[in-house]
Amino acid sequence: MADKVLTGNRLGDGIAVWLDAAGNWTENLQDALVARHAEAVQSLEEIGKRDFAANLVLDVNVIDVAEVNGKIRPLRLRERIRAEGPTMVYADGYKAADPDFIAA
Amino acid sequence: MYRYDEFDHAFVNARVAQFRDQVERRLSGELAEDAFRPLRLMNGVYLQLHAYMLRVAIPYGTLNSKQMRMLAHIARKYDRGYGHFTTRQNIQYNWPKLSDTPDILAELATVEMHALQTSGNCIRNVTADHFAGAAQDEVADPRPYAEILRQWSSVHPEFSFLPRKFKIAVTGAERDRAAIQVHDIGLHLKKNEAGELGFAVYVGGGQGRTPMIAKKIKDFLPEEDLLSYITAIMRVYNLHGRRDNKYKARIKILVHETGTEELTRQVEAEFAELKNTELKLPEADVKAIAAYFAPPELPARAEGWASLAEWKKRDEEFARWVNNNVKPHKHPDYGMVTISLKPIGGIPGDATDAQMEAVADIAAEYAQDEIRISHEQNIVLPHVALADLEPVYRALVAAGLATANSNLITDIIACPGLDYCALANARSIPVAQEISSRFGAPERQEEIGELKIKISGCINACGHHHVGHIGLLGVEKKGAELYQITLGGSGDENTSIGEIIGRGFEPEKVTDAVETIVDTYLGLRLSKEETFLDAYRRVGPQPFKDALYGATAEAAE
Ligand code: SF4
Repeated sequence: MADKVLTGNRLGDGIAVWLDAAGNWTENLQDALVARHAEAVQSLEEIGKRDFAANLVLDVNVIDVAEVNGKIRPLRLRERIRAEGPTMVYADGYKAADPDFIAA
Repeated sequence: MYRYDEFDHAFVNARVAQFRDQVERRLSGELAEDAFRPLRLMNGVYLQLHAYMLRVAIPYGTLNSKQMRMLAHIARKYDRGYGHFTTRQNIQYNWPKLSDTPDILAELATVEMHALQTSGNCIRNVTADHFAGAAQDEVADPRPYAEILRQWSSVHPEFSFLPRKFKIAVTGAERDRAAIQVHDIGLHLKKNEAGELGFAVYVGGGQGRTPMIAKKIKDFLPEEDLLSYITAIMRVYNLHGRRDNKYKARIKILVHETGTEELTRQVEAEFAELKNTELKLPEADVKAIAAYFAPPELPARAEGWASLAEWKKRDEEFARWVNNNVKPHKHPDYGMVTISLKPIGGIPGDATDAQMEAVADIAAEYAQDEIRISHEQNIVLPHVALADLEPVYRALVAAGLATANSNLITDIIACPGLDYCALANARSIPVAQEISSRFGAPERQEEIGELKIKISGCINACGHHHVGHIGLLGVEKKGAELYQITLGGSGDENTSIGEIIGRGFEPEKVTDAVETIVDTYLGLRLSKEETFLDAYRRVGPQPFKDALYGATAEAAE
């Protein structure tokens, strides 16, 4: 089983967020709680349902990740882009995603 | 330009108030997402990968400087200082907060703009030729009819829950710059032998998963019958369009499955019932609407001819920009200016708030206050005196908007793709950027000539790849991005759907593949006058396949 984290988009501004160990939704994937076995995944799923129902987040998903050099890295490109933002420079004051993190 | 009447004002304001209430109830937890989602979509608010996205309608791509300033203001105040102009002649903001969207819509309403019908299974923003009202080859301005259709279709009770979304495009010239044959309904405004205005009516075109070229079902529909005939088509579609399968719900599938002849018969039968009802367009109403679009008074500015020649002689860059980005106007002393939103290596269709302000300033000072958004993701100033081209150019240079590449290989259409879009399979923008950088040298682009590259990040084809001379479609294969190449597509009066050339290319190889295609074309064209599309239509795919995959790789797909 791949390791998993719980993600969604915050209700008020739609910004991508991940669930951390304290049960808060964080903007930083690296602070996410990683589930490494089936019960932990199930609890993520339950929290996802609960916080969706509580109107905290939407588009809630449990996604596959791997820990590489101590960094959490989603397996799907889509999720890596969600974590890091657009992969090119798109606006003043905003960095492009780190290409090494994005690369397959 | 069309001005809201009291009804329009009251209606849009009421919708904003209603949406404000809905957003408040959503944020307080009173409304769940399942109930709220259709409501936000009806007001143009989507959820993308990183944030909400707001899509604002720019009816038939026409706006004035005040409206452009408002778009800039919204980008600055509520977003990250930029917006993205789309192939639907709309603008999208990528980072608005849900809680701000009612304020944004309220601000838009002050300049007669809104986000209605930019989503959902209704009749969407009607698009039109971006050179409407200015082009030399135009029979009549198509925008009054687009406006009539907009008014008629706005919250039309019968057509608000169609089997699927519905797109109408109108052109007023033989040269189709609105891609009408890949729309659900395409209207070609023309004159009959008696000199009366009417429309050739095309039905059932579209891109997406199942690209189809529209069928002409009427060669000349008199102007007065426009709404009755369109209503007849909508009724047939609403009744028989497939609601069982989302992928088969567009009218193109209905036309295909029913057959053009039978469908035409059904439409004509409905039309016979509707022809002389209240849907008949009174001449006075058409005139009243057309008056809003009356061409601006353009004084003679014959001095521009000599100045232009002189400026061009003095400044090679300016000459290049004029040659590529300025097209002949109805009035010989004027030109139509395309402001490219395709800087070399940049993001197709993006403009910063400062750039939008600059365009507004230039339009107000030099261009009769008229601005258009083209479906090719560029901005157009339709009425600029030749005598003013030099100062306009200088102002564009200062704003970073003077890229001289209209219709050239770096004038690429690209959808937002996987950098933003929740539906995407692959990125579009970085691919466009790399191709643009590769071919960016002005001499090289001009040597290649007219070549339209169009890129979509998934099969929904917002980037119009099916009608790109070279089309790129991003797919996901084994978790990685892959780009499928199609050749020979075209979205003009000779519409064709591009053919898949062979197996796809990885992101790091796709620019090389495009270069191979371009070099192959350069090697086989009969002369510089034979464009890529002409050459492709003459020789077919084989030389390109050989060049890409080797002569023996025939069956490698
Ligand atoms: S073509 Fe696909 S990826 Fe591109 S904008 Fe449309 S839905 Fe998104």
